[in-house]
Amino acid sequence: MTTPTLPEARWKAWRPARPALLAAWTVIALIVLAAAFPGLFTGRDPLELEPAVAMRGPSPEHWFGTDQLGRDLFTRVVYGTRPSLLVGLGALTLALAAGALYGLAAALLGRFADVALMRLLDVLLALPQLLVALLALTVLGSGQVNLMIAIALSLLPAYARLVRAEALVVRRSGYLESAVLLGQHPLVQAFRHVLPNALGPLLVLGTVGFGMAVIAASGLSFLGFGAEPPSPEWGVMLSEGRDYLQTAWWLGVFPGAAITLTVVAVSVAGRSAQARFTRRTTL
Amino acid sequence: MSPVVRILAGLGTRLLGAAAVMFGAATLAFAALALIPGDPVTIMLGPFTTASQEIRDQIVLDHGFDRPLHEQYLSYLGRLVQGDMGESYQLQRPVAGLISEQFGPTAELASAAVVLAVVIAVASAVATAGRGRASRRAAHAWELVAVSLPSYWLGIVLLTVFSFRLGLFPLVGASGPSALVLPAATLALPIAGVLAQVLREGLETALEQPFAVTARARGLSRTAVRLRHALRHAAAPLANLTGWLAGSLLGGAVLVEVVFGRAGLGALTLQAALNKDMPVLIGVVLLSALVFVVIAAAVDLLHLLVDPRLRPA
Repeated sequence: MTTPTLPEARWKAWRPARPALLAAWTVIALIVLAAAFPGLFTGRDPLELEPAVAMRGPSPEHWFGTDQLGRDLFTRVVYGTRPSLLVGLGALTLALAAGALYGLAAALLGRFADVALMRLLDVLLALPQLLVALLALTVLGSGQVNLMIAIALSLLPAYARLVRAEALVVRRSGYLESAVLLGQHPLVQAFRHVLPNALGPLLVLGTVGFGMAVIAASGLSFLGFGAEPPSPEWGVMLSEGRDYLQTAWWLGVFPGAAITLTVVAVSVAGRSAQARFTRRTTL
Repeated sequence: MSPVVRILAGLGTRLLGAAAVMFGAATLAFAALALIPGDPVTIMLGPFTTASQEIRDQIVLDHGFDRPLHEQYLSYLGRLVQGDMGESYQLQRPVAGLISEQFGPTAELASAAVVLAVVIAVASAVATAGRGRASRRAAHAWELVAVSLPSYWLGIVLLTVFSFRLGLFPLVGASGPSALVLPAATLALPIAGVLAQVLREGLETALEQPFAVTARARGLSRTAVRLRHALRHAAAPLANLTGWLAGSLLGGAVLVEVVFGRAGLGALTLQAALNKDMPVLIGVVLLSALVFVVIAAAVDLLHLLVDPRLRPA
């Protein structure tokens, strides 16, 4: 049966429930485009030096101004999208995967493993995340891949705990008992029956964690552990621009605004996904 | 069980848990030290060394790098128990002295930030909780932006606006009370965003409860109900979260101290991490674990003060 729809109702159905959400998704789409095809947004080269126009403020010619070497700041911010987000995304993916394995291991490998693994998590949780990352970077050395691993390690405890908690609930369920009685391999039990149940809440928590990962990645690059100076990474750009704050405010403002905008957009989208998810599971 | 025994038992469990976290942190730090690839003597001496083989052999002997790992671990734990955290590779000075020297400025910064964050959060939550859609939207928006700001960028922007443009606050590297304002605000704002969010939700729940209506019916003003009844109700989760965030402030302090050129534990930690100065890093790890344990205990005590239901009868 179809209900007749008035034009107004049709408009309401199409109109996004919250304009903020539409704005957030628009920003996310632009960011993804800038990461994939930075050439779409600017015709310049992020590394091209033009000493004649060094340290110029924002103008129609250079929207975000130019830096101490005459590079166009807008171009550098656009080209910086990919390296800045890749580390965060990589770290988050790694943290989710490793956290899921860790949580499954704690929940399913027996009491001794559970106690040992959870005590280790307690220690990680007792330390500030940035300190955990710094400790890992000291052991591994700096660089983009090590930066990813270090941030993943600092994010892991929250995900591991969540997966363990979900897995413990599933372990008591009837269908897992029947899987055990059917003699299924423990790995099949873990990955076919337990993990899918934990996946929904894990991914929702992950969307919120993306912002944390991006902020941590740019912060550690700012401190000198990630990308190297000529490369247009937002944290590195801020670190370079810091020396010229007195004369060139734009160098300290725009790269950070790009980070904040990204994190705000992803958080808005992530929270709405979270709200929708909890509504679905409580109904 | 009598109340005294119960309290003692609770205290015992608490101390055991604290000791377990400290032991775990010490072990984790040792594992990190052992996992660093390469020759420990080369790491100690740095990349530009001209040390002779005799000096290298002496260092190996002094630090016991030639002994098996488990022996090194046990003697490391033994020295830690006696309060000996070794010497910094970089600065050639005892780690304990370095840390206690730098502890003051960071503790000052962190406590100022916590106080400021709680004040902002309480003010924002009391002002906006349960006051209609417009104020809720505004509260949502500022909380979201505060949480999403990278703290070091906030520091850069505050410096640019208030120090370089307006000249209201001293520039990088200054000391004194006026030099504390911007760093503390930088560290406080993201935390205030998280706290305000949790507190506002707590207040909204509390204001819907029958006791809030009763208090209004007794003739208390709206503000009095908010401050005397609802706020107290919402304070328990706030205390938990504040404690946890305060324990993690050392992480934020690394970035903020670098941006503002302040001395402190954060700057010390960064130098140690950049130079692979493990004794200092281990000292900082142990200190953060200790701070975490102490704050967790303090938060539990605070719960007793805030919530009479938890007190032993």
